[in-house]
Amino acid sequence: MTIIDRSSTGTDVTLAGVGTPAYDREQRVGFFTDTSVCIGCKACEVACKEWNDVPADGLEFLGRSYDNTGRLSADTWRHVAFVEQPVATPETQAVSGMRWLMSSDVCKHCTSAACLEVCPTGALFRTEFETVVVQQDICNGCGYCVSACPFGVIDQRKGDGRVWKCTLCYDRLRGGQTPACAQACPTQSIQFGPLEQLRERAATRVDALHQQGVADARLYGEDPADGVGGFGAFFLLLDRPEVYGLPPDPVSTTRDLPGMWRMAGAAALGMLGLAAGSLLEGGRRA
Amino acid sequence: MPRAERRMVPDVTPMSYYGQPVLKAPTWKWPIAGYLFTGGLAAGTSLVGASARIRRDRRLASAASAATLCALGASSAFLIEDLGRPSRFHHMLRVVKVTSPMSVGTWIFSLFSALAGASAAAEVGERAGVPERVARPAAAVAQVGSALVAPALATYTAVLVSDTAVPAWHDARRQLPWLFAGSATASGGAMGVVLSAALAPCGGGAFAAGPRRMAVAGALVEVGADEAMHRRLRSINTGDVAKPSVDSAYATGQPRRLARAARACTVGGAAAVALAGRRDRPRTRLIAGAGALSVLSGAALQRFAIFHAGRASAADPVYTVGPQRLRLVPPAGQP
Repeated sequence: MTIIDRSSTGTDVTLAGVGTPAYDREQRVGFFTDTSVCIGCKACEVACKEWNDVPADGLEFLGRSYDNTGRLSADTWRHVAFVEQPVATPETQAVSGMRWLMSSDVCKHCTSAACLEVCPTGALFRTEFETVVVQQDICNGCGYCVSACPFGVIDQRKGDGRVWKCTLCYDRLRGGQTPACAQACPTQSIQFGPLEQLRERAATRVDALHQQGVADARLYGEDPADGVGGFGAFFLLLDRPEVYGLPPDPVSTTRDLPGMWRMAGAAALGMLGLAAGSLLEGGRRA
Repeated sequence: MPRAERRMVPDVTPMSYYGQPVLKAPTWKWPIAGYLFTGGLAAGTSLVGASARIRRDRRLASAASAATLCALGASSAFLIEDLGRPSRFHHMLRVVKVTSPMSVGTWIFSLFSALAGASAAAEVGERAGVPERVARPAAAVAQVGSALVAPALATYTAVLVSDTAVPAWHDARRQLPWLFAGSATASGGAMGVVLSAALAPCGGGAFAAGPRRMAVAGALVEVGADEAMHRRLRSINTGDVAKPSVDSAYATGQPRRLARAARACTVGGAAAVALAGRRDRPRTRLIAGAGALSVLSGAALQRFAIFHAGRASAADPVYTVGPQRLRLVPPAGQP
């Protein structure tokens, strides 16, 4: 097993660090989570909870790796996945060691966000930064977004009834600040900035990793042509997305909605015809 | 530079992170499955009521009107009860969004309820002294109006559940509207049979011919669409040995039991409704009435089967990841 060089991210230190973030109010911003430099410290989880006042969601011992958070939820808006797997040598198939994969998951802030599209109250909206946020004074807890999200990100908070998820620190963005998780990340695994800039930086980084021999490095969610129109928060992964608990080819359910309405319209007309044919046949009642 | 980290344990890439589901479990509880049934029942029954009104069978029209209102009352209770914040149910009326089947459905439900309510109010008004020439046309117009909205009420719920990331619902999106339409038609016809059986004394003539035809025709569409749905779901492979297709969500446990019971009730009930005999006799009423109750149970069980199969398909990452993986990398030997 080889050790990935986690020392060089190929990024501009000042950009993701403390100081004035380089973005305008009119730009689409997002996250580039480079999991090749994630050390699994969970500073992002803690910073997110602290800043956003997210309530505690129990103290579980999952007993499978250095991850006792488990998953994103209404009360966990950053989750550090910690994959621990035995590794075999290709020739002998014998287990020759272990590998660790760490990745900080978050809401993807999809370009075509199914959660937002199906929301019947307008509680979910797109901000001026093109992020997706829930207005808590509007949400009535219908739960439609929960079933619509192809990533299983948004969820209902128990005892509260409304749905909660990452806001990409909307309040901090409005104040010209970097989101709490990116600010707290000690290795620049979580990079924040204008999306266009992040995409360029990610392309450079994945090329560099390929040259270093990390052939499994790949970008996930950077492509605007994918099933959700590209993520506002995309990733560099070191294995298939499903290994990290991410769907390999997510598609926004609302892409099929026009066809569904057409089919329902046809079925509705069919129902009217069927009922009329059954009930009105034979003239006046016997 | 070191060589790449290649091929870990060869091609047993797990379906997910420590076997956890990729999707969140739907927050919807049994009242939503209940509503799928009562909404369809209200729609189907209003069609029976409107046709009775057109045929000047005022007793059946009134009874159907009352039954529609009961089904609507149950529907409202189910829908509001299931909200995380029931006191905010009126937030549904803030916007009109065609991208949200729930928003569209809220407006369909509201329009339907207003018309069904107006029809019933006009009838009550007539009894309370409103002149007949005002009350009767008002009741008729409102009842026929509600019947024209009814098919939308019966089918939008299919779009509602299909427009999710839940595999067993989304992948059935082309069949579910027909299934729901058939099921609602069967329910309405069956309710018409039950009401007819309860209303008039036995006096020869044909017994509830229209509602019976409707119940049987609806049941046939329901069963046909159900078959088509399962064939469609069977065609979506997961690449898993134990759960080879999305239809496997129906293969075990509660979804399987519910689906089997639904089929038995629908087919048996429709057969009884069809074969009970034409003439209005006590025996005919008993057999057709019992068959109609069985059709109603079948429709309800069918909705619960679909509801629980959806939950099962969301809970297992195989149904989420499997088809997506095959979509990206088709197995060898396939185009």
